[in-house]
Amino acid sequence: MSLFGLKFGKKKLKEEERQLQANNRDFNLQFEYANNTIKTSKYNFFTFLPLNLFEQFQRIANAYFLFLLILQLIPQISSLAWFTTVVPLVLVLAVSGVKDAIDDFNRHKSDKHVNNRPVQVLINGMLKDEKWMNVQVGDIIKLENNNFVTADLLLLSSSEPHSLTYIETAELDGETNLKVKQALTVTSELGEDLQKLTEFNGEVKCEAPNNKLDKFTGTLTLQGEKYALDNEKMLLRGCTIRNTEWCFGLVIYAGPDTKLMQNSGKTTFKRTSIDRLMNVLVLVIFAFLALMCLILAIGNGIWEYDKGYYFQVYLPWAEGVNSASYSGFLMFWSYVIILNTVVPISLYVSVEIIRLGNSFYIDWDRKMYYPLNDTPAQARTTTLNEELGQIKYIFSDKTGTLTQNIMCFNKCSINGKSYGDVYDMSGQRVEINENTEKVDFSYNQLADPKFAFYDHSLVEAVKLSDVPTHRFFRLLSLCHTVMPEEKKEGNLVYQAQSPDEGALVTAARNFGFVFRARTPETITIVEMGETKIYKLLAILDFNNVRKRMSVIVRSPEGDLTLYCKGADTILYELLNSSCESLKEETTEHLNEFAGEGLRTLVVAYKNLDEDYFQDWIGRHHEASTALEGREDKLSELYEEIEKDLMLLGATAIEDKLQDGVPQTIETLAKANIKIWVLTGDKQETAMNIGYSCNLLNDDMEDVFVIEGSTSDDVLNELRNARKKMKPDSFLDSDEINIQFEKSSKPPKILPDEQANGVYGLVITGHSLAYALEGNLELELVRTACMCKVVICCRVTPLQKAQVVELVKKYKKAVTLAIGDGANDVSMIKTAHIGVGISGQEGMQAVLSSDFSFAQFRYLQRLLLVHGRWSYIRMCKFLKYFFYKNFAFTLVHFWYGFFSGFSAQTVYDEWFITLYNLVYTSLPVLGMSLFDQDVDDRWSMLFPQLYVPGQQNLYFNKVVFVKCMLQGIYSSLILFFIPYGAMYNTMRSDGKAIADYQSFALMAQTCLLIVVSVQIGLDTSYWTVVNQFFIWGSLSVYFAITFTMYSDGMYLIFTASFPFIGTARNTLSQPNVWLAIFLSITLCVLPVVGFRFLKAQLKPTPSDKVLLKIKEAKKRPPPPSPKRRLRRTSTRRSGYAFSHQHGFGALIMSGRNMRPKSPFATTGTFSPNSDKYKHKGL
Amino acid sequence: SNVFMYYGLSNFYQNHRRYVKSRDDSQLNGDNSSLLNPSKECEPYRTNEDKPIAPCGAIANSMFNDTLELYRIDNNTKTPITLIKKGIAWWTDKNVKFRNPTGDGNNLTALFQGTTKPVNWPKPVYMLDLEPDNNGFINEDFIVWMRTAALPTFRKLYRLIERKNNLQPTLQAGKYSLDIAYNYPVHSFDGRKRMILSTISWMGGKNPFLGIAYITVGSICFFLGVVLLIIHHKYGNRNTSADIPN
Repeated sequence: MSLFGLKFGKKKLKEEERQLQANNRDFNLQFEYANNTIKTSKYNFFTFLPLNLFEQFQRIANAYFLFLLILQLIPQISSLAWFTTVVPLVLVLAVSGVKDAIDDFNRHKSDKHVNNRPVQVLINGMLKDEKWMNVQVGDIIKLENNNFVTADLLLLSSSEPHSLTYIETAELDGETNLKVKQALTVTSELGEDLQKLTEFNGEVKCEAPNNKLDKFTGTLTLQGEKYALDNEKMLLRGCTIRNTEWCFGLVIYAGPDTKLMQNSGKTTFKRTSIDRLMNVLVLVIFAFLALMCLILAIGNGIWEYDKGYYFQVYLPWAEGVNSASYSGFLMFWSYVIILNTVVPISLYVSVEIIRLGNSFYIDWDRKMYYPLNDTPAQARTTTLNEELGQIKYIFSDKTGTLTQNIMCFNKCSINGKSYGDVYDMSGQRVEINENTEKVDFSYNQLADPKFAFYDHSLVEAVKLSDVPTHRFFRLLSLCHTVMPEEKKEGNLVYQAQSPDEGALVTAARNFGFVFRARTPETITIVEMGETKIYKLLAILDFNNVRKRMSVIVRSPEGDLTLYCKGADTILYELLNSSCESLKEETTEHLNEFAGEGLRTLVVAYKNLDEDYFQDWIGRHHEASTALEGREDKLSELYEEIEKDLMLLGATAIEDKLQDGVPQTIETLAKANIKIWVLTGDKQETAMNIGYSCNLLNDDMEDVFVIEGSTSDDVLNELRNARKKMKPDSFLDSDEINIQFEKSSKPPKILPDEQANGVYGLVITGHSLAYALEGNLELELVRTACMCKVVICCRVTPLQKAQVVELVKKYKKAVTLAIGDGANDVSMIKTAHIGVGISGQEGMQAVLSSDFSFAQFRYLQRLLLVHGRWSYIRMCKFLKYFFYKNFAFTLVHFWYGFFSGFSAQTVYDEWFITLYNLVYTSLPVLGMSLFDQDVDDRWSMLFPQLYVPGQQNLYFNKVVFVKCMLQGIYSSLILFFIPYGAMYNTMRSDGKAIADYQSFALMAQTCLLIVVSVQIGLDTSYWTVVNQFFIWGSLSVYFAITFTMYSDGMYLIFTASFPFIGTARNTLSQPNVWLAIFLSITLCVLPVVGFRFLKAQLKPTPSDKVLLKIKEAKKRPPPPSPKRRLRRTSTRRSGYAFSHQHGFGALIMSGRNMRPKSPFATTGTFSPNSDKYKHKGL
Repeated sequence: SNVFMYYGLSNFYQNHRRYVKSRDDSQLNGDNSSLLNPSKECEPYRTNEDKPIAPCGAIANSMFNDTLELYRIDNNTKTPITLIKKGIAWWTDKNVKFRNPTGDGNNLTALFQGTTKPVNWPKPVYMLDLEPDNNGFINEDFIVWMRTAALPTFRKLYRLIERKNNLQPTLQAGKYSLDIAYNYPVHSFDGRKRMILSTISWMGGKNPFLGIAYITVGSICFFLGVVLLIIHHKYGNRNTSADIPN
């Protein structure tokens, strides 16, 4: 809340209450409510340059180089030409600026697209087509079927009876089942009468904009009468109108005030942990730099006092310098300029280039391209690649991410016989794939062509009129709360509250029991081509406790039957004792189904006695009109009648996972990545999916379920879970507890705790709300992070973000969130890395994501291959880069001691300018773009290679210090070997070689060859490009050096190239080359020795894996792994209705029925005719 | 072979940044406009009494100007040894980098007109030598001085003593005397002057550093190689049998 409140607080006083009047723009304008324009872009044409520059100079490095530039403009200090800083700085600013501009341009484009969507607005009694952005608070707008809701609306009226409106909220909360909204009676009378709508002048008072999706309070005042408004009358932006021809709504919140936008969170600039580490290191280096400069400045002061003062006979002090200490002060800054190359600006440019390159690999990866909907993977943010190699927590959405959100009737057990598997001639089970022959449903004209089933024996059974089979499908076609829609004859569309139900009814439909129409009192079924009308006498609706639903129907023949379907655990208790043997067989089948990760339901029936039923229905009527304790009375009645059921069989529904999800999850788990599923779905569904995609399994010691409804309950449940996982963690001696005691403030970062086994945790949104509050936070983190898998169900989008935030806050770990819908946006934005599943309808998730691809299974490739490579490359790059610059720069430091601390550079100024830019940039870029320790196949085969990245082993402060020490060592060698070799020495013709220019050339040649050899040592994957870059850079160095030191260059630019002839005169000397060779040997020797020793004595786990791979590589490569997942899960029942009550009550009340259903009434009677209406009631 | 005669200076900071910078290469290359308008880098030895200094700058101004003469004492007679003063500078310096200003005629005095001598010099640049091809900016003593040393202790080639014939050594054993015209003060900044006579091998002048370094590093490499070999044999096969997690 507070996050978003800020944004509006700035503009004006925080809105306390919203007041508006319909159709009265003048009145509403005085409050200055936001209109429906959304703006996610940052700059416009004019503000771009100043704002962007301002932002860029906030980066510590850029500011530093600006400062350096200013220093260089001061003549007393300037020790290097000003262009050495300006050129790279401008380059860096321009590159980042262009990138920002392109990003912002894209945001402008998408804003414009959304803002310009058309909508019909009622203006002056006419419906006018308007753009979304011109919609104002208080406007009345008309929406049609399948339209996106424009803003947060108060529903006024709709085409449906009682002004019901069906909406899909997938974009908001990820649930794809339909929800019903209903307008106030007083407004539903308005209908589509434009005259009345125009005259409508109701005044609405409601709460200020907020991000609570499920809550709305307000009042509507119309002609002096007050009506209460709640969330049931609101259509929120982001929803889609379904099954409703038209509806009218009054705009309450628009644009940024809508709940969707309020929920979308703030866009923050994401930085990788390496970025942050780099910032810290840069600061450390600055400190180190300052220290070096201080030492040298003091040295200069002493030198000038001790020697320089007397040396003034030949070298007077500079103008204005009258004391040694002042000279020292100036020298401090001069050395800042000279030694600034320890943090060269090209570091940042190179890092960006490497990331960009590695992003292209992701874009180009054909193994992450999904041909079915032509979606390639996309790295939308190009600055986060190496973080992909460090992920420790994955937060995943369920629907649309892990699952396809398609339910399939897959198997069933009818009267002790299991159907659904296909066997070949020899009785072996055949794996079902695209080539397996499907059952032909052509005998049934109403069949759904999309439905696929492979077991032919079931059709045979149906065709043979096997009684239990017919009863089974009859049950499926009767016992549900699905709404049919038949716009065209024969083209049936089912609107189910949950996809499971739809799947069951569709299955019955295809096998010849077509559910065709329903009225409040009847259900029309086409049974094997024959239309039958069943009287619907009662719906014993589903709820969470009952975990079952029943219907009582009277067949056309007059039989009274109760049909029931529900969770096996519940239904088994209610069975008649005569079903024992069938129960055993069915149980066996259920176990089999569950083992395959299917969601099972048990179905049963019971023939009712007429007298008993009449008595019961009487009591039922009484109970349902009772004022007190209605619920309890009803459920008692339900329980009374739902017993002694006859078992019919079981159904198994597959919640179709996306391809490869279980394998991916298994692989990721092996890579030590913890997976949290955050879903808006209810607990059972979520757990089921957990089992079927191998997140949860029976190898786990325990799966804790946190569902307490008070703060204390939740605390206890969390504590108990932790007690079981790690009893020690309650001892006073526990590390974290000690930390708690020591400091009054809660610790910032919690260390990882190890549980004594593999555990899972399931927490409901309700409990989560408590657990996320203040003191429970820590408990939640400690408990949850010990579990291998955490599933949070019924969570709101904001809670998703909060959970991610929680882990980010207390764990030093990189998080990744993956999702596909608008409800995942906040989580995607919060996590270190957000991944969007693209290719689906909604694009919000993709638009706010950093990476996007079409299938969940690509995640393993993204992390284990691209992420790992990027991380390793980035680490190698940084190690090498810091090394080469330390080795390069510190030589100046040593030279200071021999040149009177005068800020004399060791190298030629041109060499300093070109060293990072030309001579060493390409080899290191080549390495960081192409290097790989093992190829992609091995990375996927050995996920444990991913672990060092999580622990950040390849580049951290310790590694940095090592690089620094290596750099210092190299710089010592690089200075003192040429020093020793030159000291008092002469060329072989007696002429000078110990002059400054020869020394500079020798030192820089040594340096360049040493760093080239070093990159050769660091490169583990040689490509032509690497060879070309390294040899090329060396040749370019010699070519440029000889060119710059040539006669011609000197004669043209005399002042710029004073090194004339040095190359020729020096590099022809054998002792120069001997010295170069000696420096190389000395620089490389310790590195090689150390690496060898480390590999011999202390190999890391990944070293061992690499060794194993090396050996395996000698053999032919193994076939790509085709592991069959082992499933040993216990049986689970899935009754995945939405948490709210079903449509049962709505159906029985008949409120949602159209007056007539055009095609439902084949035959001679009308279901609504009086003749049938009251019979049996 | 030839014997080379060097002068050496200690504690003389020819590599000080302001000293190194204090010259105008264009002027030394014979550019006429720079001759009369030297670069600012030469300050405070840019002009003297409103006349541009040629050659300007601190390096030129502090040019070594002692003269050394070597005599062989044979039976109490001093025979001067022929000291060759040409061929002591790099060919590129003598022919490309340093050039006298150009103009009408070859009269250096005229060409340097309008300039004044460096403050410390006793005579102007066009009077450094009598031979025209060793006078002015292309005087080799001057060129050698202008190639600043990398370190505060350095030696510079002063003269060559050529070998007369192959039968006798260049300098025979015997008594020699060195006459020094002492013009160059170094005492004020605690400097030291030396004169060195040296022969040269294929690797240049005498410098034991590389030899010692190679022997040391070679020994270390050998020793390390043995140690690593032992370690490899003892521990090396540990990783192959090592178990891999998961």
